Amino acid sequence: MPPILTISALSKHYKSGQKALDGVDLTIERGEIFALLGPNGAGKTTLISIVCGTVTKSGGTITVDGHDLATDVRSARRAIGLVPQEIAVDIFATVWGTVTFSRGLFGRAPDPAYLEQLLRDLSLWEKRDSRIIELSGGMKRRVMIAKALSHEPDLLFLDEPTAGVDVNLRRDMWALVRKLRDKGVTIILTTHYIEEAEEMADRVGVIDGGKLLLVDDKAALMRKLGKRRLTLALQQPMAALPNALADWSLALEDGGSRLVYSFDAEADDTGMPSLLHRLGELGIAFKDLDTSRSSLEDIFVGLVERAA
Amino acid sequence: MTRGLNVHGIWAIYRTEMARTVRTVWQSIATPVITTALYFIVFGGAIGSRMQQVGGVGYGAFIVPGLIMLTLLTQSISNASVGIYFPKFTGTIFEILSAPLSAIEAVIAYVGAAATKSVIIGLIILVTATFFTEVHILHPLWMVAFLLLTSIAFSLFGFIIGIWAKNFEQLAIIPSLIVTPLTFLGGAFYSIDMLPQPWRTVSLFNPVVYLVSGFRWSFYGLGDVGVAASLGFTAGFMALCLITLWWIFRTGWRLKP
Ligand SMILES: Nc1ncnc2c1ncn2[C@@H]1O[C@H](COP(=O)(O)OP(=O)(O)OP(=O)(O)O)[C@@H](O)[C@H]1O
Ligand SMILES: [Mg+2]
Repeated sequence: MPPILTISALSKHYKSGQKALDGVDLTIERGEIFALLGPNGAGKTTLISIVCGTVTKSGGTITVDGHDLATDVRSARRAIGLVPQEIAVDIFATVWGTVTFSRGLFGRAPDPAYLEQLLRDLSLWEKRDSRIIELSGGMKRRVMIAKALSHEPDLLFLDEPTAGVDVNLRRDMWALVRKLRDKGVTIILTTHYIEEAEEMADRVGVIDGGKLLLVDDKAALMRKLGKRRLTLALQQPMAALPNALADWSLALEDGGSRLVYSFDAEADDTGMPSLLHRLGELGIAFKDLDTSRSSLEDIFVGLVERAA
Repeated sequence: MTRGLNVHGIWAIYRTEMARTVRTVWQSIATPVITTALYFIVFGGAIGSRMQQVGGVGYGAFIVPGLIMLTLLTQSISNASVGIYFPKFTGTIFEILSAPLSAIEAVIAYVGAAATKSVIIGLIILVTATFFTEVHILHPLWMVAFLLLTSIAFSLFGFIIGIWAKNFEQLAIIPSLIVTPLTFLGGAFYSIDMLPQPWRTVSLFNPVVYLVSGFRWSFYGLGDVGVAASLGFTAGFMALCLITLWWIFRTGWRLKP
């Protein structure tokens, strides 16, 4: 079986002269969840839009499930569902009306039983006769998902599915994505958040400035890049690091009032418990303690430095 | 479905477009009926009663085909242009563009719906007219053919305007600045024989003259130009619109960035 999606040498210049994609090569395997991670303006939406046919490409080739988008666009499009970044839906239509419309548009015969189950899964069944203008933002977002799934696609694009979504809905969304994957749907999602990529994806691609900087298994990527920081607010500022702490990669910040420890979150021995133990032995007291994951920015800086 | 027409897709759009009309039934149906009644009161009643017959037909009856034509043109253009402009404006067009729907299918659905509305409105006006004046239809089949052809041709034209328009002003400018004047000067309310030269010759360059003339011929057997010329013009205009649309969908002009 061919891969569900093959992109090669894809490039895009907008008429404004903006180069949004620059020679992107990417292969997506059937049944995986792929996260495209990148900052604002990286080219994520452009990439998705070209595959879905809402933006024209400047160069390169794309095949979906073995169908070349240039020559066999109809078969390719049938296999694809798209949840765009911005909510765009006829606000005067009812929920039921708009999902039946979407299913028909994609050439599928009516199947009320399937659509009922879909709306139930998305907790929209009670709202089926409501007009979309009457729904909350989160519900509208779920309507967009229902529309994209109405024709039973094999390949689903979710462009920032959890932007502006509360914690509960975010959990629901993640659960839904996993459920879809279990049914054999391949999912490509974009996100700004490394936590989201970590939570959801099998593989992660990092994109910036229209270039795909790296594609890797999530676990491998996290190992390579997933640094965490432990920050201790000290009772007494320190002028220099004592030699007794030389085994840990430590740094002093804020004029010595903060002690920062960077460590590999995926490692078996993070070195954190032993560090805290040693601090206790040395009688170094701290007021507060905080751990954080390295931000996407840190990772980009890391990537760019590595590439240079 | 890989081969053959996306019938479900066409039907989905067509039905949604027709439903929009039902939602705004007052705007869609009542407005043309009231406008027509007003025209008959003013032109047919007040002015027509002082006028002699035109080509052996009473003035009230004479203006019926022109009046229907005027409404067909404006309604076809506005229905079809709004039908495609609105999704562009709200962003919902992404779904149409990402669907397995060919250009021809999209055109059949949108233009078909707009033309259906125009035909219905045209017939409503015809019925309304019979309350004000006696209407004879000499060639009913030709009448229907002109009704259909004109509705389709100008819905195609409206569809192009809807794709071309970048804002509401542009959407309104062609119908109000070009189509309405051409219709008024196109013999909707008079026979161009009544004009002095050189205006009679100038009028022959007005495309609407051919539409009105052919349509009026199907009613009363009289026209300013030959029926063949009328038919040829309508068909030619339709072909031009189709070629333009084929190019638009092939290049994504004003549809895709
Ligand atoms: N229609 C357009 N016309 C011109 N330039 C565009 C258009 N759409 C996007 N761009 C530009 O292309 C680049 C990539 O944009 P894109 O929307 O693909 O980024 P993104 O990764 O989705 O960003 P975000 O995370 O903010 O959604 C940006 O510089 C953007 O300004
Ligand atoms: Mg985006």
